[in-house]
Order: sequence, then C-alpha cells, then structure tokens
Amino acid sequence: MAGPWRSTVSRVMGAMKTQTTQPKSFSRGMQTVTLIPGDGIGPEISTAVMKIFEAAKAPIQWEEKNVTAIKGPGGKWIIPPEAKESMDKNKIGLKGPLKTPIAAGHPSMNLLLRKTFDLYANVRPCMSIEGYKTPYTDVDLVTIRENTEGEYSGIEHTIVDGVVQSIKLITEDASRKIAEYAFEYAKNNQRASVTAVHKANIMRMSDGLFLRKCRQVAENYRDIKFTEMYLDTVCLNMVQDPTQFDVLVMPNLYGDILSDLCAGLIGGLGVTPSGNIGANNVAIFESVHGTAPDIAGLDLANPTALLLSAVMMLRHMGMHDYSKKIETACFNTIRDKKVLTGDLGGKSKCSEFTAEICQRVRDMD
Amino acid sequence: MATVKPLPPPAKYGGRHTVTLIPGDGIGPELLNHVRELFRFSCVPVDFEVVNVCSSTEDDINNAITAIRRNGVALKGNIETLHTLPASHKSRNNLLRTSLDLYANVMHCKSLPGVQTRHNNIDIMIIRENTEGEYSSLEHESVTGVVECLKIITRTNSLRIAEYAFKLAREKGRKRVTAVHKANIMKLGDGLFLQCCREVAAGYPDIAFDAMIVDNTTMQLVSKPQQFDVMVMPNLYGNVVSNVCAGLVGGPGLVPGANYGHDYAVFETATRNTGKSIADRNIANPTAMLLASCMMLDHLKLYDYATMIRNAVLTTMNETRVRLNSPRRCSPHTFHN
Repeated sequence: MAGPWRSTVSRVMGAMKTQTTQPKSFSRGMQTVTLIPGDGIGPEISTAVMKIFEAAKAPIQWEEKNVTAIKGPGGKWIIPPEAKESMDKNKIGLKGPLKTPIAAGHPSMNLLLRKTFDLYANVRPCMSIEGYKTPYTDVDLVTIRENTEGEYSGIEHTIVDGVVQSIKLITEDASRKIAEYAFEYAKNNQRASVTAVHKANIMRMSDGLFLRKCRQVAENYRDIKFTEMYLDTVCLNMVQDPTQFDVLVMPNLYGDILSDLCAGLIGGLGVTPSGNIGANNVAIFESVHGTAPDIAGLDLANPTALLLSAVMMLRHMGMHDYSKKIETACFNTIRDKKVLTGDLGGKSKCSEFTAEICQRVRDMD
Repeated sequence: MATVKPLPPPAKYGGRHTVTLIPGDGIGPELLNHVRELFRFSCVPVDFEVVNVCSSTEDDINNAITAIRRNGVALKGNIETLHTLPASHKSRNNLLRTSLDLYANVMHCKSLPGVQTRHNNIDIMIIRENTEGEYSSLEHESVTGVVECLKIITRTNSLRIAEYAFKLAREKGRKRVTAVHKANIMKLGDGLFLQCCREVAAGYPDIAFDAMIVDNTTMQLVSKPQQFDVMVMPNLYGNVVSNVCAGLVGGPGLVPGANYGHDYAVFETATRNTGKSIADRNIANPTAMLLASCMMLDHLKLYDYATMIRNAVLTTMNETRVRLNSPRRCSPHTFHN
C-alpha cells in the first residue's frame, strides 16, 4: 500500500520546485499556439475558431498536433513526442474534445495530458450569456479547481472482499499552489473576493489543511476578500442566488461537481469555456463538452465553447483588445438569435454561425 | 443480502409517546420550541424528553444516544461542529448517525404551490447512504504536509441502501430509481456501489433503473430537474444533491429530512443547517422542522395528527403566498393554524 501513494507524493513534491506563474508579456508579433483539434466535432469547431481568428486578424499562428497516445519506451503510455515538444515550446495550447475509447488499454487522454504537463489548476469562468435564456440570469463567477490530487488520486484498494477504500490525498504544496493561483487570478482579473469551498467539519485534517493554506495565502492579498463556506451551503445558495459568488477555489472533487453545476446555470457544457494552468507557465484551454459523434461531420456543431476558451486564451496572453472583439461578436450573434446552431435553439449550420461571427468581427474594425 | 427486520413499535405508555428532543445549536432551539408549542396547542399525545448536547466532552452525546435508544424516535436540531478543533473531536451529528446505525437519509423535495422558484413541478425523493463513504472520519497525516482521508464503501451497506431505495420507491408507487456515482474515476469504490444497486434493481423489474455521474447530475438538476424521480447515492454526493434540490424547491427552511435505521428514527431539517447568523432573531422559517415533526408523527402511526398539522402548515404557506427572500416573522406563522 505504501507504493502507489509514495510515488504520487514524490511526483507532487518534485513538481513543486518550479517558479510561481507570472502573467507573461507577449511580443506584438505572431504568437504560435499548439492546436489539438480532437475527435468527433473537434476538427469542425477548430476550423471555425481558426476562421474567426483570421477574420479578427489576431496575431496567432496555429500549429496543429495530434495527441493519440502511443506506447513509449518502458511500456508507459505517453503523448507523441512532437506534440509534447510543441507545447513545451509554445507554452499555450487550445484543445478540442478528445474521446477515450473503452478497452483501448490507455488511460483517458485528458488524464494523460494533465499528468504530462502537470496541469494543476482548472479554471472555468461562468458568465450568463445574453440571448441564451436559462432560469438563472446575472451569473458571473469563476471556479478554480485543484486538478492533480484530492479524491481523484486513483488510489483504491479492496481491503477485504466487499470492503473498498478510496484514498483522498491532500498535500500542503498543492493546496498552497492552487490558493496562490486563485488569488493571482482574482488580482489580475479585478475580482473582489475568493471563497474557499470545503467540508472541514467532516474531513477535519484533509480539508482543514486545504483551508489553512488558503488562509495563509490570503494574508498576502489583503485587498481581496477571503471567505470560507461549506460545500453544501455553497450548493444550496448557488441554486437560489448565484450572484453572491465571485471566485471559488476548492479541491478536486468539489471542483468537479461545482464547475459542472455552474456550467449548468449558464446553459451547459456547449457554451462553457475552460482553461488548465500547469507548471512552467504551460496553459491549455479547452472545450469541455463531448465529441458528439452523432453530429460529427454534419456541420451542425456549436463552436461557442471552443471559441470562448480561445478568448480566455487571448486574455491569458494579454491580448485584451482581440479577446474583447471576438467575445463581443460571439455574444451579439447569440443575442440577436437570427443565426443559431441547433443546441442554442436555432436551425443554422456551424459554418453559417461562424460566418456571422466573422462578419461582425470584420464590421467592428 | 441484508434482510430488513420490521421495526419494533415505538415506546408508548398511557397512550402517550415519548420522543427524545435534541435542541442543538443556532436556530435549532427556537424551531423546536415552535414544534412543542404547536403540539401542545393541538393536543398531540407526544411528550418530549429534552437532551442538550453542548459540551466538548463525549458525555452529552452519549446521553443523547442512550435517550434515543430508550425512546426509539428523536427530533433534533443541528449540532455545530467547530472545525478549528482537532480531528479527535468528531462531528456530533455524525457520531449520532453512526452509533445508531441510521443508514438511510430520506428527503422528499416537492415544489410547493405557494413558493416562487425558478423551476416548477419538482418531485424528487433522495435516499442517501448515511453512515459510510467519505464520512468515515478516518484520516491521518502520513508525512508532514500530506494528509490521507479514507472513503470506505462496503458491499453490505451499499446493498442495504439500494434495497431501502427500491422498497421505498415501490411503496410510494414511483417509477424510476437513479443511482448517482463517480465510478469512471473511483472505479473500485463507486464501482462497487453501482454494482450493488444493479443487483438489487434486478429484483424489482417494475421499477426502471439508471445511473448518472454526479457532475452531470448537478448540471441536469439546475436545467431540467423534472426528469428525476427517486435518487440513491453514497454519502457525500447525497450531501451535494440534497442541498441542490432543497435550493431548487425554495431553500433550507422548507424541506424536512428523516434518518432511518433498523431500530431507530431521527427527524430533522433536510439540509441540517445550524443557521447561526439568523438565530434568536425570530426570522427562521419553521416549515422544515414542522414538516419533519409531521414525518415523525407518521412514523409513530399518529396519522390524523400528522395530516392535520401538515395541512395547516401547507395551507399557511400557500395562502399567504410567501416570498422567501423577504424577512418573515417566525412566531405569528405558527399560530396562524
């Protein structure tokens, strides 16, 4: 039993010896970004995003890479070396949905990417989209989820026949890193408060450690309000009045549940952007919906999620004017309701929706 | 497979039942006072044995547990757990649940006509495993800075809760049971839970069974909650889902909850809030606690009293067209019946 968790611990400890993430300043020249189109509707929506970026004349050069897992030396599943090299060089990536074939032998692709680049923070800004009506209006919050440990360590054992134990791992370093990222994000994006979500009344030591680290980091950011709230209270209040929340930071499982809950508030995974921040300033932005194999290749897909993730990417790179332009064009198109894809309640094709956004972007110049 | 023993009849002397009352902290005492006032007013043949749990030693909670063993039934407010205390100080509520083996937490979320909410026509029963899972309170710091917390799932308890869920679904004439899990990640733990549910489902061909991953479940709950009928799940997901559902039908002040074991039953508000910020200001909503006391009266087979009080509470809710975000005075509501 010591084996698996000790290797996890040493891997986690090893990854700590990196510098803290700083907002990078990018030159005004062309920036290369690794693009992973993905499977199913992935290629169509990636093409849509590339077209819109071209229309906006954003200084982005795309480097398309495939990340189907291959067996590396030593028998371990790895992503292709060219893809890894490209990401390490460019530091920024945009990813479409990836499928995980059952019984392919290799672990989930998302998990592999996460492990390869040590993507420790998953960030999902959830903002109500005007024009796409849901019962919840005025949602404007960000969920920041620790992505490497917690309940998803994958360490499970059958102790006796009929009794299974799953281990939830919380470490000081990972908690500190995610807390620091959360406060940095709040500072860089002018957010007023950070709320730590926990269940320390029941899981005293583990969530207690997470909370302590959050409190310690909060000391260094006096101008940002820090509060703590139980997971159940957050859930209860979230469905009654989501406007009271700003930035939420939490361990893995709670983050998984809450980020999907918040995505549901604004309209589902088809319109929710997501970004993963890793060590060494690597950041991969992705759409979190599935590959939708039933509509793949039929020009019916909705590229909004990938587009908004790409906008998040631009913001991360400091290109605020381009990001604002594209985001406004996208939201205006949805608000006008004239050209909408099937899932948004319209009848248009993906290419028509994309063309409409491109036209709006061009008109804005 | 676990067999369910029939519950022994609750204590009844001289035609009156004795029920343990644990006021708890925060809004608990004032809500339970309302229950007592109402029972006295309606001449309900129930006497309350009050047991306070407030000290930091284990004596108080042990007294409470003994009292519940004696009477068989209890009505309680939430006991606060200060999480700044060391891990050796276990949550009192959790201790009560595990000592008495109250393995099933049942919550019925139904949209009330007098309450304005974003979603309508919600009617979901949530059955949550109440004793194991993430709430096993087994934690240790193996290396400084690294804490492990154990989540335990057993075949016996999973079968037991699944059996309870299907039996209840059949009794209430419900059509579908959904198991909520995260077996794609926790393959052994939640995998075992799911497998047990499937085994039990095979014995109830009249009830449809399906499974849903917890993150998708919460997303579906906030967009289309009407699709759910009966839901069964391990402890932590139960905590999340029951709070989401309580929020959907109008908030923590409206939904009652019950904890059932083989031999004992404890009734409380579904979301188990201490409500420190609104305590002693006469603004807490007593509906949840009053409806919980009605569930308790049903359990004691005092059906007429239960129906009378329940109708009074629901009529008050519907007729006065309550808007839940406005501050309400608590006590006039109680005496309106």
